[in-house]
Amino acid sequence: MEKTNEALCKEIIWNSGVNPRKCMRCGKCSGTCPAYDEMEYHPHEFVFMVENGDIEPLLNSKSLYRCLTCFACVDRCPRGVEPAKLVEAVRLAAVRQQGANHLKPDDIPALLNEDLPQQAIVSALRKYNK
Amino acid sequence: MMKMSYFPGCTLKTKAKDLDVYARRSAEALGITLEEIENWQCCGGVFTTARDEIATKLSSVRALLAAQQKDQKLVTVCSACHNVIKQTNHAMQTDERFANHVNNYLAADGPYNGEAQVIHYLEMLRDEVGFDTIKEKVKNPLTGKKIAAYYGCLLLRPNKTMQMDDPENPKIIEDFIRAIGAEPVIYPYRNECCGGYIALESPDLAKAKSNNVTNSAANNGAEMIVTACPLCRYNLEKNGSQIPVVYFTELLAEALGVKEDSDGKDE
Repeated sequence: MEKTNEALCKEIIWNSGVNPRKCMRCGKCSGTCPAYDEMEYHPHEFVFMVENGDIEPLLNSKSLYRCLTCFACVDRCPRGVEPAKLVEAVRLAAVRQQGANHLKPDDIPALLNEDLPQQAIVSALRKYNK
Repeated sequence: MMKMSYFPGCTLKTKAKDLDVYARRSAEALGITLEEIENWQCCGGVFTTARDEIATKLSSVRALLAAQQKDQKLVTVCSACHNVIKQTNHAMQTDERFANHVNNYLAADGPYNGEAQVIHYLEMLRDEVGFDTIKEKVKNPLTGKKIAAYYGCLLLRPNKTMQMDDPENPKIIEDFIRAIGAEPVIYPYRNECCGGYIALESPDLAKAKSNNVTNSAANNGAEMIVTACPLCRYNLEKNGSQIPVVYFTELLAEALGVKEDSDGKDE
């Protein structure tokens, strides 16, 4: 049975450990985000949209795979909201759906070059796949 | 000789052998033997903050447990390994639900609740050896060399957990640079992200982020950048850094006069 939007939203918030209501909408998270230019929904929008139960567009957005896990928004949020944790929980809800892995192992050989450290591949697999 | 447990990680065994070899050799010269943990497993490269992620953190817990069983501190060199293992240990200390799940999975002899201490090699230099002692042991000081420390993200953040240094105005690598006789260059982008693994999916974004760092360092007069992270080094070099990017352990080995082994080989 498909989860209701409300149940999914609750699950995401629990799994993130974030309280989106603490956000005061200052936008510092997005201002400091290194992936800002390539995001359709920015960190502050994730917080706002999850708070409002607007999950569907986030689940289908490539923005989920642009977060670099640099923890800049986590450290610099003046309210301790830690938006990256919310992005992470939405991303997991997306890639855990059947057949929803973002990076297929078969795609990897084409991305390699002789200098690329293993660290890049294991990191990408952990972030993009389930 | 003091002995410490050591977690090298996947990349230090492959593309970043320099980081590993010079770390071990320098530690020996400073009176510390790094004992590699037996059968260690890859940390996974990124810490997953989700509360229900258990299995992805078990390899870190096993490494911590191995160090605890030897009653040793666990030393890491790679920034990513350090970040993942330290955040995992913090979760074991503070999240009872998570710790219970992990202990059920592990079925170890007794429960583990984050008792081991994981330190980065730089912290080992600062807190166990001491930068003053290093200064005394330097044989080939890198006098006059202007070096930019590149912290990136993972050494410092999230600060609540990492507790290595001031996350916005760090000095541990600058103090290291001074200890080996060189001159640190302070520049604005030293704790901003290089793009990390986005290099796979969006090389343009990685290039933009990396160029911010290397331009900032070079424009502030640096002749060289040092890092502790193989992926940072890759991104900075691959995207056309105008100055060399090297691992901090290589400079340490050079300064301590142990860069070449008894066969005269660099590695």
